[in-house]
Amino acid sequence: MAKRIETRELDIYYGKFLAVSGVSLTVAPRSITAFIGPSGCGKSTVLRTLNRMHEVIAGARVEGKVMLDGDDIYAKDVDPVDVRRTIGMVFQRPNPFPTMSIYDNVVAGLKLNSKRMKKSETDTIVEKSLRGANLWDEVRDRLDKPGAGLSGGQQQRLCIARAIAVEPQVLLMDEPCSALDPISTLAIEDLIQTLKETYTIVIVTHNMQQAARVSDRTAFFNLSAVGKPGQLVEMDDTEKIFANPSDRRTEDYISGRFG
Amino acid sequence: MSTMTAPPSSGLTFSKARGLRKVKNNIATGLVTLAFGLALIPLIWLLYTVISKGFHVIVDAGWWNSDQAGIDFKTKGGGASAAIIGTAEQVALCTVISVPIALLVGIYLVEYARGPLAKMTTFMVDILTGIPSIVAALFIYALFVTTLQGFRAGWLVSFALVILMIPVIVRTTEEMLRLVPNELREASYALGVPKWRTIVRVVLPTAFNGLITGIVLGVARVAGETAPLLILVGYSTTTNTNLFNGFQSSLPGLINDQFTNINTPTGQGVYHLDPVTGKRVAGTVANYAPDRLWGAALTLIVIVMALNLIARLIGRRTKVA
Repeated sequence: MAKRIETRELDIYYGKFLAVSGVSLTVAPRSITAFIGPSGCGKSTVLRTLNRMHEVIAGARVEGKVMLDGDDIYAKDVDPVDVRRTIGMVFQRPNPFPTMSIYDNVVAGLKLNSKRMKKSETDTIVEKSLRGANLWDEVRDRLDKPGAGLSGGQQQRLCIARAIAVEPQVLLMDEPCSALDPISTLAIEDLIQTLKETYTIVIVTHNMQQAARVSDRTAFFNLSAVGKPGQLVEMDDTEKIFANPSDRRTEDYISGRFG
Repeated sequence: MSTMTAPPSSGLTFSKARGLRKVKNNIATGLVTLAFGLALIPLIWLLYTVISKGFHVIVDAGWWNSDQAGIDFKTKGGGASAAIIGTAEQVALCTVISVPIALLVGIYLVEYARGPLAKMTTFMVDILTGIPSIVAALFIYALFVTTLQGFRAGWLVSFALVILMIPVIVRTTEEMLRLVPNELREASYALGVPKWRTIVRVVLPTAFNGLITGIVLGVARVAGETAPLLILVGYSTTTNTNLFNGFQSSLPGLINDQFTNINTPTGQGVYHLDPVTGKRVAGTVANYAPDRLWGAALTLIVIVMALNLIARLIGRRTKVA
């Protein structure tokens, strides 16, 4: 069920402002790709274009191509809603729906789309998704309690459960651990490793150790100056990026000389 | 730096500065508390007056199940049933028309509006908020009675109240929807939920309590309006349940009618105005109009408070336990 993502000469604009320019990269199915780079270099922006979430912001648009197994997700007749069903997303801050119970949060993607299902079916999906997100044992006897009552780390795993309940092909994660303590972070990182067996995962992170720990491939983004567009400097196997990067700027960044 | 670990030797200057700030702090606290007290005085005074003068009237069962037919200022008793029915019908029709329109306008402004049309709508809502009720009433009169040759009736009052109610609800709806974190909308979009479904299933439920409060505020705002009643439906002592034909009683109308009865030459216990000198003179016959006046005022307050409580209960029940 995992699919390959490819971008070709992707330019991303906010109104007239060119935020990111010329990004071409390939993400292999069932792999974890980390986006790293200094603040404001556009890595989150690139991530959001991968499932057309950036379109939520007024004035945002892209030029170039984003392809999912060869299909252009920006083609004229493609419904952005459908793209987002195929490519799920987990955000920086855990955002469970406050009006819903844990159970309802997990099946929110299905219920909000008015899928009619038997109780037994949703029960199965809830258990499977929560097990998939490593949260089942902690919440199994309080599924009817509000999702907002969980700890930050649990909430984030609930959000991951919610994202995988709709069975996406790809999972995008926008700094999923930056609001969490080290123990919760570890739980999420372990989870990401197991999710890799089923999904294609792209993760934006500010934490270079995290990128080194979890990812197979790493893409380094940078911008030449403030106000200039961000760009992809290089993308390679994570081991190579951290041990022997081809680009000087990457080396400067990962060795802590700037950023 | 070794000075870091040394205890501050010049404690005097510290305590001095602290003393000055303490004084300022106390003055500011005092002023704020005083302002709070001053703002509370008229409110408590008003409630005390209305309750002390109206309570014995509304605890009488007859107050709730009889109207004012055949009752003049000299007669004790009579009730507010006709007035309650009239107000309830007029406000209900107004609410049924206003709430959907106002909610949709609020949703449009927060979720969809961009550019000049949004600014225009906000501007128009601002202007509508400032329209005096009597102007709204005159507008409806001019439109439906003068131009369209209609007759004065309760539903025209509802229409005038719609003009007053919509901006109140639009405003609160706007504020409440803006309070819903954008992250929730994004979470929903990211699950492949279309925008309209996100609004209906995520945004509105999250803001539900606030929206209900806004609607109740709107009802409270229009339930006490008197100008549209005087101009568009008049007053009737008898019960008229027909919103679309004939004069109708109403709580503000009842209050107004009883008030005009206070100044009769024969009132007693209150005063009347001497027709020649214009001075206040005690009357010789008991005048029961003031009782009913305060009773109607208290009834209006009680009904609005009850609506408020019901709204809160609904809000609490819909929250996930």
